[in-house]
Amino acid sequence: MATMMAERNRRETANGMIAAAADPSTNPDVVIDCQLEQVHYGGFLAVRDSHVQIQKGRITGFIGPSGCGKSTVLRSLNRMNDLIRGFRLQGQVRFHGTDVYSRNVDPVAVRRHIGMVFQQPNPFSMSIFDNVAFGLRLNRFKGNMAERVERALRQAALWDEVKDKMKHSGLSLSGGQQQRLCIARAVATEPAVLLMDEPCSALDPIATRRIEELMVQLKQQYTIAIVTHNMQQAQRVADVTAFFSVDITRGSRTGYLVESGPTKQVFESPAETLTKEYVSGQFS
Amino acid sequence: MNGRAAAGASEIPGVARLERSPFQGRALRSLVLTGGVWLAALIAGVPLVSVLYLLIVRGGSRLSLEALTALPPAGFEMGGGFGNAIAGTVVMVGIAGLISVPLGVVAAVFLAELSPLSRLSRAARFAAKTLTGLPSVLAGVFAYAVVVLTTGSYSAPAGGLALAVLMIPIVVLTAEEAIRAVPRITRDAAYGMGCTRTQVACKVLLPTALPGILTGVMLAVARAAGETAPLLFTALFSSYWLFDGGHPHLMQPTASLAVLIYNFSGMPFENQIELAWAASLVLVSMVLVINVVSRLIGRPRT
Repeated sequence: MATMMAERNRRETANGMIAAAADPSTNPDVVIDCQLEQVHYGGFLAVRDSHVQIQKGRITGFIGPSGCGKSTVLRSLNRMNDLIRGFRLQGQVRFHGTDVYSRNVDPVAVRRHIGMVFQQPNPFSMSIFDNVAFGLRLNRFKGNMAERVERALRQAALWDEVKDKMKHSGLSLSGGQQQRLCIARAVATEPAVLLMDEPCSALDPIATRRIEELMVQLKQQYTIAIVTHNMQQAQRVADVTAFFSVDITRGSRTGYLVESGPTKQVFESPAETLTKEYVSGQFS
Repeated sequence: MNGRAAAGASEIPGVARLERSPFQGRALRSLVLTGGVWLAALIAGVPLVSVLYLLIVRGGSRLSLEALTALPPAGFEMGGGFGNAIAGTVVMVGIAGLISVPLGVVAAVFLAELSPLSRLSRAARFAAKTLTGLPSVLAGVFAYAVVVLTTGSYSAPAGGLALAVLMIPIVVLTAEEAIRAVPRITRDAAYGMGCTRTQVACKVLLPTALPGILTGVMLAVARAAGETAPLLFTALFSSYWLFDGGHPHLMQPTASLAVLIYNFSGMPFENQIELAWAASLVLVSMVLVINVVSRLIGRPRT
């Protein structure tokens, strides 16, 4: 335990910039301050010691090998993991200063402010219009629905392709279009943060490129956190990168944050040798 | 390719034979077994086809507007029909549907989404599976005890309740299956948008599972429409209209196609026996139409 603490102290001093920004009250740019100590699924310790900050108007990329807990951490931010049996979290996830895991917080309200785009495109089996309007109706939006739907579809760079078939099923679109529809659905309610869990892993390279361009456009208005398996993708889109790895020394497979910082720094002059080995492709 | 050719050549000297040889052992066996499968499939179709044939031949000749709309004849009376029995069957199946569909679908939401692994849902699922095998007479006895004895008369609601008991397990089990078949990622999307569990069920799961649920409801309706035994103790029979002078007379014995067929087929009068055949044709056609409609609704679409 003591060595772990020492290790963490060393890491924070290694990334002086992150350490300085650790207190969200002094830094209004931090939208989500994730101080995750331990995440269990039943008796299995899935993630430990992962302190990540999501900064306003930036894209934060979570990278790391399979099983390193990057998706678990992302899904902990909007309490999506509550749906999994046996999920337990120790630590805090402060969203604008409020711990989303505190007793009086409603997870449903959290998810309305922190939107999510999933690995597999998952439009609802309803019309394109209804898909985008879904969240607005959920929030009892009373304004001009058609205008908001159009704006969301434009933001998702899908408007020109679907404007003449708004009544068609969302499932009739191609995979890449479906994923952009899911992005439109998520941004229609203008959430404070958009979480993307490997949004391109089910898509072909051309669709992937479109989504990446879209993310860069969206960050002018939204704060984005993205999990990606693809290091080139992280380099192309992420402003800040958090590198997770998996610790198999204690007989179990527990993910943890190795280091985080500006993407350029993490890729070009990482503080940890593990990061260096990973980003240079020595293991994956 | 070279390797395979070489291997083949080592087994069969000279050129490999590719022609059919129908009298070789395996070809012969395949022929016999294929024939057997065809025969089994044909035999499986014989009951439905022969029943339909007989019904069309013997019932079709008696089918007329009068048969569909008139009241049943008494004794030696000629003519007549079974209009009140059609109405009675529709009303009682309707009552059964009003009871069983909401109850069954809500129970299915509980089983599939809210608490799939709890002790209560395990018990409910086991009960539903057991109920599907319940002899339909017992459903009639149950409704007799609950409705007929307490209200003091045979009635359409009593018949409806008996049919509902038979429909509930079918609705519950097929609806649960349909809701479970909604992909995990669709649920995730709904929860991720900030839906409460009620909203996930009402706005996403039920609409997505609707074709499957409707299929189950239709199958249950088809089963209930053909049941005779549960109606014998509960709705009995009547030679009068359920609606008379603009007022429904729900709390009195009610006619149904199934009971009419049962009664008339045993009578020594040629006219009644002919009507029983015609009523059978109508009942089987109704069930057939419902089955076809349920297949159309349940067809997977993109």
